[in-house]
Amino acid sequence: MAATRRSNARLRAGGVARLRGLRAARRRAALLRRLAGLIGGVLAASGARAVDLPEDHAEALYHLYNGGGVTAQGPALLVRKSIADKVSLTGTYYVDAVSNASIDVVTTASPYRETRQEFALSGDYVYRDSQITVAASTSHEPDYVANNGSIDVTQEVFGGMTNVSLGFSRGSDRVTKKGSPEFQDHATHWQYRLGATQILTPRWLMSANFEALSDDGFLGSPYRVARVFGAAVPERNPRTRTGRAVKLRLIGDLGNRDAMHVEYRYFRDTWAIKAHTAELGYSRYLGQAWLADAYARYYTQSHALFYSDNAISETTYVSRNRQLSTFNDGSLGAKLSYTVRKIPGRYEVKLNGAYEYTRFKFKDFTDVRTGSLYGYSSSVVQLYVSAIY
Amino acid sequence: MKTRMRPAIALIAASALLGGCSMLPTFKPIEPWVKPYERERLADPIMKLSRDSLPEKHFEHVRDVREAARGATGVQGGGCGCN
Repeated sequence: MAATRRSNARLRAGGVARLRGLRAARRRAALLRRLAGLIGGVLAASGARAVDLPEDHAEALYHLYNGGGVTAQGPALLVRKSIADKVSLTGTYYVDAVSNASIDVVTTASPYRETRQEFALSGDYVYRDSQITVAASTSHEPDYVANNGSIDVTQEVFGGMTNVSLGFSRGSDRVTKKGSPEFQDHATHWQYRLGATQILTPRWLMSANFEALSDDGFLGSPYRVARVFGAAVPERNPRTRTGRAVKLRLIGDLGNRDAMHVEYRYFRDTWAIKAHTAELGYSRYLGQAWLADAYARYYTQSHALFYSDNAISETTYVSRNRQLSTFNDGSLGAKLSYTVRKIPGRYEVKLNGAYEYTRFKFKDFTDVRTGSLYGYSSSVVQLYVSAIY
Repeated sequence: MKTRMRPAIALIAASALLGGCSMLPTFKPIEPWVKPYERERLADPIMKLSRDSLPEKHFEHVRDVREAARGATGVQGGGCGCN
C-alpha cells in the first residue's frame, strides 16, 4: 500500500515536472519567435525609404569663455551647401584667441596670449537609407598643430524608427615648446564610436552612444610642472591612454509646445579616471518667434593614478594637472532663439544667445598661494545667427 | 541540449534572413509601431538632440580641455588636444 502511494506520488511528481518542462519549452519557443520576429522586422521594415541630406545651413558665432584667469574668445563660421541632392559640403572656420593667466600659469610662469585657428571641411553623401560623412580638420597654435580625419556612417532601419551610426576618427598632433626648439614630440588619437537613436513613441525618443578612445604619444603639457617633496619638477605622463564612454539620452515632447531631455554619461580610462555626467533640460516655445531652453549639468570625476598635489615618493609618472585631479563642477545654462523671418520651404533666419555658469570645486588640488583647496567659477557666452536656406 | 538548440538557432537565422516573409507566418515581424505620419512632433526643432553645430562644438571644446572625460557625445570629434 505504502509502495503504491510512493509510486503514485512519484508519478504525480513526474507529471508535474513534465508539465513544467513543457511550459518552459513553450515560453522558450515564444521568446525565440518574438526574437526572430524582431530581427526579421528590423531588416524587413526599412523598405524603399530614403534619408534626406541635411538642410543647407549657415551659422556665424561669437563665443566667449571666461573663468579661472583664462579668457578665450573669437568668431566661428559654418556654411553647408548641397550639390545635386546627393552630396552636402560643409566648411568651418573657428578662432580661439586665448589670454591665459590660470593658476598654473601665474604660479609657475608668466601670463601669455595666443591664437588657435581651425579649418574643417566635410562632405555628406546619401544613398537610400544611409548617410556617409567624411571630414578633415586642421588646428594651428604657435606650439601645437592637430590634424584630424573621420568617417561616419548612419543607417536608418526598422521603417525609420531606428538610426544606427558607426564612426572612426584619427588625429595626429605635433607638440612643440616656445623657447625650446630642441623639444618636439607627437601624439596620435583614435576614436571608434557606435550609436543608436530609437523612436519610442510619437512623443519620445532616446539615444545610446558608445565611444572607445585611444591616445598614444606626448599626452601632457611641456610647460606644466608637478610637485615632488614640495619641489617643482616637469610632469611625467604615461605615453598611452585608453578610455571608454557610454552616453544615454532621452528626449520627450510634453505636449504644450514644450519638451524635456535627460542625459547621463559614464567614462573610465586606463589612467583610473572614472567620471559621471548628468544633465536635465527643459525647452519651451514662447509665442510664435521665441524658443527658450534651460538646463542643469553636473560632472564629477576621480583622479588619475599618478596624480598628486604634492608627491611624497619618487614615481615613474607624476602629474599635478588639475584636469586629472578629483573634482566636480555644476552648471546652469540658458538659451534663447528668436526667429527673425521664416518662409516655410525657402528660408529661415534666427538670432540666438546662450549663457552658461559653471562652478568648479577641486578636492585634492591646492592653491599654493593660499594653501586652501582651489575652486573657481566660469562663464560661457555665445551669440550667433543661424540660417536655413 | 545542444542538438535541441541548433534547429532553433537555424530557425531564427532563417527568419531573420527572410525578413519575416510570408513563408513563415508564425514569425510575424514586429512592425514599426510609430508610423511616419505620427512623427510630426518628433520632427520639431525642439526635439532635436543637437540643434546647431558650432555652439555644440564650442561647448565640447570648453569641456574637453577642463574635464578628463571625453567621447560618446554624438558631436563629431576633431580639433586640438591642447590643454
